[in-house]
Amino acid sequence: MLNSSLLRSRWFSFGLLALGLALLPFLIDAGLGRSWVRLLDLALLYVVLALGLNIVVGYAGLLDLGYVAFYALGAYVYAWLASPHFGLHLPFWAILPLGAALAGLFGVLLGAPTLRLRGDYLAIVTLGFGEIIRIFMNNLNAPFNLTNGPQGINLIDPVQFGGASLSQPLSVFGYTFSGAHLTYYFFLVLVMAVIFISMRLENSRIGRAWVAIREDEIAAAATGINTRNLKLLAFAMGATFGGLAGGLFASFQGFISPESFNLMESIMILCMIVLGGMGHIPGVIFGALLLTLLPEALRYTGDWQRSLFGQIYIDPADLRMLLFGIALVAVMLYRPAGLIPSARRRQEFADAKA
Amino acid sequence: MDIFLQQLINGLVLGSVYALVALGYTMVYGILELINFAHGEITMMGAMVSLAVIGALALAAPGLPGGVILLAGLAVAIPVCMALGMLIERVAYRPLRNAPRLAPLITAIGVSIILQNIAMLIWGKQYIPFPPILPQGRHDILGATISDTQIAILVLAVLIMLALILVVQKTRLGRAMRATAQSRQVASLMGVDVNRVIASTFIIGSALAAIAGVMVSAYYGLAHYYMGFLLGLKAFSAAVLGGIGNLGGAMLGGLLLGLIESFGAGYIGDLTGGFLGSHYQDVFAFFVLIAVLVFRPQGLLGARVVERA
Repeated sequence: MLNSSLLRSRWFSFGLLALGLALLPFLIDAGLGRSWVRLLDLALLYVVLALGLNIVVGYAGLLDLGYVAFYALGAYVYAWLASPHFGLHLPFWAILPLGAALAGLFGVLLGAPTLRLRGDYLAIVTLGFGEIIRIFMNNLNAPFNLTNGPQGINLIDPVQFGGASLSQPLSVFGYTFSGAHLTYYFFLVLVMAVIFISMRLENSRIGRAWVAIREDEIAAAATGINTRNLKLLAFAMGATFGGLAGGLFASFQGFISPESFNLMESIMILCMIVLGGMGHIPGVIFGALLLTLLPEALRYTGDWQRSLFGQIYIDPADLRMLLFGIALVAVMLYRPAGLIPSARRRQEFADAKA
Repeated sequence: MDIFLQQLINGLVLGSVYALVALGYTMVYGILELINFAHGEITMMGAMVSLAVIGALALAAPGLPGGVILLAGLAVAIPVCMALGMLIERVAYRPLRNAPRLAPLITAIGVSIILQNIAMLIWGKQYIPFPPILPQGRHDILGATISDTQIAILVLAVLIMLALILVVQKTRLGRAMRATAQSRQVASLMGVDVNRVIASTFIIGSALAAIAGVMVSAYYGLAHYYMGFLLGLKAFSAAVLGGIGNLGGAMLGGLLLGLIESFGAGYIGDLTGGFLGSHYQDVFAFFVLIAVLVFRPQGLLGARVVERA
């Protein structure tokens, strides 16, 4: 009896959550405007990215500062195969897995020579890798035009289901869904899948092995964990999610250039997971949403200034990054283990302090 | 003109600036095991503050000799950067000294975003030119040219590095710094005021960064609120290349990175048959960095750490 009522209440809250998520874009559209729905789409994309990096940094404890390279790879693969650049227009369900797989392969390629490196040395090598990829994308418009250089690739096809395109409004039963709304649902499904994979990984033999490597690599090896293969697997899985997000980004924006894939982007994704709570899925999701939406929300500082002082003293576009930096420092000072840390992290933190 | 000698001179000048900034990274890392991400921004602040002073002085008193104006700029920039470095350590790093490793890294990133944007709000987004106050003399050596500015940078950098080695090896403070780097707990048991030593490390590193910032802006003739990012990145790479935590390593790494970049820019086109142009010089630098670390994970001069459980 108790069991079934528990089940019912769990299904009830689950249904409530699903309903809330389904209605969210409409509420935001009505309350804040269409541009915020697009921003919400972007935030979902960053959730995929952050969860991917979380596997590398949060679970396995490998500090990767070149994560954006895999994001870029996925995006460029999508752009090459679905834009007028090479005249190819393959469907998304063929390209997205291809981009993700290629990114995963590069993850192994990067991971293999760096296995001996620890901590900050690994960070600097991955950072160098990210920069190398970005510089190549910036310059590979000669001798043959692969990336179109700093101008980037334009007119990338949106994701299409049958006749419906995610960039066009779609009428269903007399109600019209905008492209931003459709993208939201598509991204939401993918985010759910990524969350599911992350959760299953976390509680698996592999996930526990990663935690063991993170906490003490030598002890992990001594207990029979194949640290080499598992570290490579972490790199590959993280990179795969990065490649997937890259493909989605290219289809969503319709335009990519090397400018979108600089080091600051890698650092931002790292900030998302550290700020939210490393290795903890709800924390990482919260961090990704917060860091995507906060800088935009800070654009409203112009209105605050006007209502407080009667005029705008500092251009809000200039002020918002300053406030963002202050927020980063303040959150870390008051919650060094992240906003929503996992129980295990909190324990590690308490151990370190003692 | 002899290209090899010219690239050697350019590389040494660039490398000595990298080395000065790298020393700041490596000293902090040696003691705290912290990547002081904001260090590049302190370099930028040094350049900006000194340029503001130099620009104002050059306008107000055009008769003053260039060297005096430059010294005045340095005299303001160095204390400002020292104060900044101390403040950052106090506010952003000290409370997190026992926190998980990545927490201070994030505050460091936050601090560098803050410094960049403060600089942007004060000095704007445009490039600020370095006023033509310095002697523009050029000298020919065996077919290559070296400018007065380059000579000044080289000499000053060497003198500063020698002074730093003396401080670290011969003074009481230096001994305290080395002891703290070995073990903070034991050092404090031996009566070392660890907080004071760490603050001094930041102050010394920031002073070096301020000087390096002035050098960079004098060398390239301009400064920009975003200049600290790439400079800091390269200097940190240099510190890692040499073996982070090792003073000699930072100097060697800085010089090597400068040389690699300048030779890379000069020869990469010939080496690849014109396939890769000189805009791949950064790829070249990072590639060498990765290759060195893959074969010598502890850096060139870093001590091999014995792995223990």
